[in-house]
Amino acid sequence: MSILEVKGVNKRFGGLQALGNVNLSVKEDTCHAIIGPNGAGKSTLLNCLVGKLIPDSGSVVFDGQSVLGRKPHEINQMGISRVFQTPEIFGDLTVIENVMIPCFAKRDGSFRMHAYEAVHQEKGIIEQAEAILADVNMLDKRHMHAASLSRGDKRRLEMAMCLVQEPRLLLLDEPTAGMARADTNNTIELLKEIRKKRRITMAIIEHDMHVVFSLAERITVLAQGTPLVEDTPENIKGHPKVREAYLGEAQV
Amino acid sequence: MLGLSQKDTRFLFIVIALTLLTPFLLNPFPTDSALAQFNAGYPALMQRFAIYGLMAIGFNILFGLTGYLSFGHAAFLGVGSYAAVWMFKLLSMNVLPAIIMATLLAGLFALVIGFISLRRSGIYFSILTLAFAEMSYRLAYSVFTPVTNGESGLQLGLKDPRILDAPLTSASLPVPGLFGLKMNSSWTLDLGPWDFTFNVGYYFCAVVAILGFYLSLRIFRSPFGLMLRAIKSNQNRLNYTGLNSRPYTLAAFVISGMYAGLAGGLLAAMDPLVGAERMQWTASGEVVLMTIVGGVGTLMGPVLGAGFIKYAENIFSKINESILHSWFSWLPDGLEDAVVWIFARFVGEGWHLTLGLMFMVIVIALPGGLVEGGQRIARFLRRKSDDSAATTTPAE
Repeated sequence: MSILEVKGVNKRFGGLQALGNVNLSVKEDTCHAIIGPNGAGKSTLLNCLVGKLIPDSGSVVFDGQSVLGRKPHEINQMGISRVFQTPEIFGDLTVIENVMIPCFAKRDGSFRMHAYEAVHQEKGIIEQAEAILADVNMLDKRHMHAASLSRGDKRRLEMAMCLVQEPRLLLLDEPTAGMARADTNNTIELLKEIRKKRRITMAIIEHDMHVVFSLAERITVLAQGTPLVEDTPENIKGHPKVREAYLGEAQV
Repeated sequence: MLGLSQKDTRFLFIVIALTLLTPFLLNPFPTDSALAQFNAGYPALMQRFAIYGLMAIGFNILFGLTGYLSFGHAAFLGVGSYAAVWMFKLLSMNVLPAIIMATLLAGLFALVIGFISLRRSGIYFSILTLAFAEMSYRLAYSVFTPVTNGESGLQLGLKDPRILDAPLTSASLPVPGLFGLKMNSSWTLDLGPWDFTFNVGYYFCAVVAILGFYLSLRIFRSPFGLMLRAIKSNQNRLNYTGLNSRPYTLAAFVISGMYAGLAGGLLAAMDPLVGAERMQWTASGEVVLMTIVGGVGTLMGPVLGAGFIKYAENIFSKINESILHSWFSWLPDGLEDAVVWIFARFVGEGWHLTLGLMFMVIVIALPGGLVEGGQRIARFLRRKSDDSAATTTPAE
């Protein structure tokens, strides 16, 4: 049963056809990787899924409902969370406040005028936030300013902020970009654990083949804005068209 | 207590105590001493401390928490003042309906301006609010003269209907009051060489300002306040976390507009004469200065900033050349004239120069404003006492 259905999506920027007739189907409870060389349209596709861009034509259906024309916060409330290429967190707030905000968003919706309650009395929200911080091994840092965290910890924090919402679909935009090998491996372990423990459906955009083949259960290869093939990692590895378009002479 | 943490409750009680003791605290010098002109404990100035402090508290909810810098808050101050005077003219000289009407009307006005201005952020938002405030100022002089009475200003008249009050028996204008307590009545306490003035108007403003401070404390500590701080920190992340930033910023804008309207209503309650210059952009800029001087985003900062600027405005502008001459009379004649000439540029009508210099020093040396200055002193003192403790321990 597929949770995300992309059909015939086109997007042009002036003379550049960024996406040409893209079809993609992400099945529930899988980790689906979207790979492709630079400029293949991976990020454009992702932006079309979260409401940052609106495709020129085609349809994007999540869980039976179209997401086109909806604002980012509405799409998030439908159950899609996004992890950014560089961690987007609330740098001026403490770690626990960072995690409490998505808890409030989940409980109260996209706006509630809760100006007369006190944050320190929201026991349920605090417990929820502390539980997720314990899960990503950050409980001891909960009163630190988020901006002062290391890059790896910022990534873990952003992940925790997405996970605490219990999303139906987690979108990851190059979650290991610019990371050292050790950090990359830690992130892979973290994501594997999330997949195993929470059975969250993931769609991941990634350059690093090591990450892709460690995590993905399905892979779609994009080239020049069009999907080339979609298959299991084993078949993708040996696929001649993929080798030609993307992997080139690289040994995989 | 009161829905606050223990630390905040203590903080609130300190603020209440300081506010209620203001007539003592601001009058440290005996009345006949040479330093008496630095006393600020007279009613008109104390009232302004409370009123502009209240306005800055509200402004800080918008600017300090969300980072949206409005350059048009004087418009709400003006609307509040006009609304209050009209309530005095039409309904009653009681200040309660006047300040309630001032708050509500300013809130409505803020809803309209905020709805349009908040479509943009950053500098564009600031310019939009500035444009709206300047439009209001110009309109008060032109189209709206039947409401604002144009350049002569809106004031009370003997023939005003005042439908709730008894008809006037005397030929003098009535004074705003609270169930018989006249706002301008004062009681003076003579204590040796000191005179302390307790004014009804000041205490009324002080109580309203304390309520406003308490409300702002609750907002700072609420989930709503957390969302506002998140908007300042990373609005993009907030939107991708399923929260709609627009209604949050609009709510903050309306709340701060209502604070400004309330402050305008209080100004009119203390002195029921309003001119349109109250809406001019310099007045909008003043509240921005107050917030920055005191400390953006801190609870106490805006109040301190308001006090600081109003003190400078009222005290430095009172000093004139003859006072300077009496201070420097011990200098040789030629030198005395030179020194007096230099200092005279910074006092009297030149007080803005002093304010500008102080503003520059604060912004450069203490980006966190007066509150940061206080924190640094506290940290320095604590370190000093820690050091002395550390040196005494080994001796035992």
